Amino acid sequence: MNMLNITVDPRKVPEVAFERSPGYWQTVGRRLLRDKVAMGAAVVVLGLLVLAVFGPMLAPADPYKASMLSRLKPIGFEGHPLGTDELGRDLLSRLMVGTRLSLFMGITPVVFAFVLGSVIGIVAGFAGGMLNTALMRTIDVFYAFPSVLLAIALSGALGAGITNSLISLTVVFIPPIARVAESVTTQIRSRDFVEAARASGAGAFTIVRVHVLGNVLGPIFVYATSLIAVSMILASGLSFLGLGVKPPEPEWGLMLNTLRTAIYTQPAIAALPGVMIFVTSVAFNLLSDGLRSAMEIKS
Amino acid sequence: MSGASTLLEVRGLVKHFPLKKDLLGRGGGVVRAVDGVDFSVHTGETLGVVGESGCGKSTTARLLMHLIEPDRGDIIFDGVAVGGRDLSLKAFRRQSQMVFQDSYASLNPRLTIEDSIAFAPQVHGLPYQQAVQRARDLLARVGLEPRRFAERYPHELSGGQRQRVNIARALALQPRLVILDEAVSALDKSVEAQVLNLLLDLKDEFGLTYVFISHDLNVVRYMSDRVMVMYLGQVVEIGEAEALFEAPRHPYTRALLSSIPSMDPDRRTEVPPLAGDPPNPINPPSGCRFHTRCTQAQPVCAQRVPALASGGGSHPVACLMFEAGSGHTAAPDQAVTSTSATAPAASLATEGA
Repeated sequence: MNMLNITVDPRKVPEVAFERSPGYWQTVGRRLLRDKVAMGAAVVVLGLLVLAVFGPMLAPADPYKASMLSRLKPIGFEGHPLGTDELGRDLLSRLMVGTRLSLFMGITPVVFAFVLGSVIGIVAGFAGGMLNTALMRTIDVFYAFPSVLLAIALSGALGAGITNSLISLTVVFIPPIARVAESVTTQIRSRDFVEAARASGAGAFTIVRVHVLGNVLGPIFVYATSLIAVSMILASGLSFLGLGVKPPEPEWGLMLNTLRTAIYTQPAIAALPGVMIFVTSVAFNLLSDGLRSAMEIKS
Repeated sequence: MSGASTLLEVRGLVKHFPLKKDLLGRGGGVVRAVDGVDFSVHTGETLGVVGESGCGKSTTARLLMHLIEPDRGDIIFDGVAVGGRDLSLKAFRRQSQMVFQDSYASLNPRLTIEDSIAFAPQVHGLPYQQAVQRARDLLARVGLEPRRFAERYPHELSGGQRQRVNIARALALQPRLVILDEAVSALDKSVEAQVLNLLLDLKDEFGLTYVFISHDLNVVRYMSDRVMVMYLGQVVEIGEAEALFEAPRHPYTRALLSSIPSMDPDRRTEVPPLAGDPPNPINPPSGCRFHTRCTQAQPVCAQRVPALASGGGSHPVACLMFEAGSGHTAAPDQAVTSTSATAPAASLATEGA
């Protein structure tokens, strides 16, 4: 019995530093690391980012150098591991170099829309009342048009070019992000801790900064990452229609367009830029899904 | 409480929530959540507020905290009107804090416990380090070892621990008035008792004044010096806790008290407990709002609005049975009241809206 009576006086326990529990984002990170699918997607995304940065240095050949003699060579043709395009340019090099522009066209509009849409949505959600109605009904106007049509219409109106297609894609993505931001902010605003913050005399800006942002940016961010895939496809679509990137710049959407004439002669070659778009958008989607489930911590 | 100064005085408080109209402009009534409430809270006392759900208890609490603005009425804190020239809203908020019922929803899940507590002092200008130090001191004071809890997140704590954190958060501004809106109602009984005793200790230590809102009559009796009974947005009876629990005057208070299960088999419930739900506050009954459920109701009750007055008894009550010459057969004669109606009771009387 004596053996069982050993108790530890808590005051005798050596003084240790404050017990610190892992923060929310730390926990999310750990859960994400355990998600195999998301990690696979992350590796692909990381690879694409490396290509985007170092593509031009790594490319085995000049992506602009045309050769009338070696047009539309098949995959595995000597000197051209992925064949050549309709002007005889090395396809592997063009795909690698094109990564930068394609990712840029996919990610930039989402980043801008994330910032602007979040601001609109958080302001509308936190202010409520008339301001909410005014902002959200204006946003709703954009919902009347399918996103593809809206992007094409805006790009067409603004004129072809990279900047204009970035602007039109940003405009396309602001409404859905603002919607999501508004709904999560409205949810958070009604919670008692926001009431308690108001009762402590804090101003609206302080409350948003300390109590609202930390709770809403996560869900908005996850939603925004899921839009990157859509944005890439839309950007490729604009380029395909001649509204985005102009030849001879290598960009996957544009390459898909110019190679479409070869669909009967070299179907594998014609499909390659499409494969890249597909792989990239799937990778971003899977990563975003993984992030979403990693953030669903029962709290 | 004789001789105690008045910390908070509420006069003719009214809050109606408009209902949304439909597309054709129909509907659009109002919910009379708080409809002409007068009371005062003395310095250093605990005022218990009881009533069924939907009687306006929580709305009153939110009005007192100025989380919602009243349609009419005055809230006077320590002799000066809140939000006026002499007492800004921000200055008032340093002196008056609130503890909510839902211990989880009232803590930001993304902030550590100490950051949640330190938030309010920072708003009022305390540097971060000092605010955190105050938070840790308060954590220790409410029985949570700072070393173990300060840097934890709300979801890692139990309900009772979280409510202790909320109490510490409310005390971080060193307020004089703390409004406890069903603060212990979500806790299980043993934890509830601990938190109640903590609240009593803190009250003595910091010289606090409480407005203690609850639907649990036993808890209110244990905590309160005075008790206010609300029904459908109005005060029906207010008085010293002992007097009110021992000799309830209003039929509604009697019905409420008889609904407490008795431990004594000889003291069985004799007055039938209340039947049905309270009437809809969108369209409250005419006259005395309680007449639809009152066992003593007479035709006059549907016509005449009772005023909150002592009417010769121990404490103010709003019932025609105690109003001289009201026409209720149980009411005293005119002559009796005019001599015994006391001055403090008259000042508490409603305007009879």
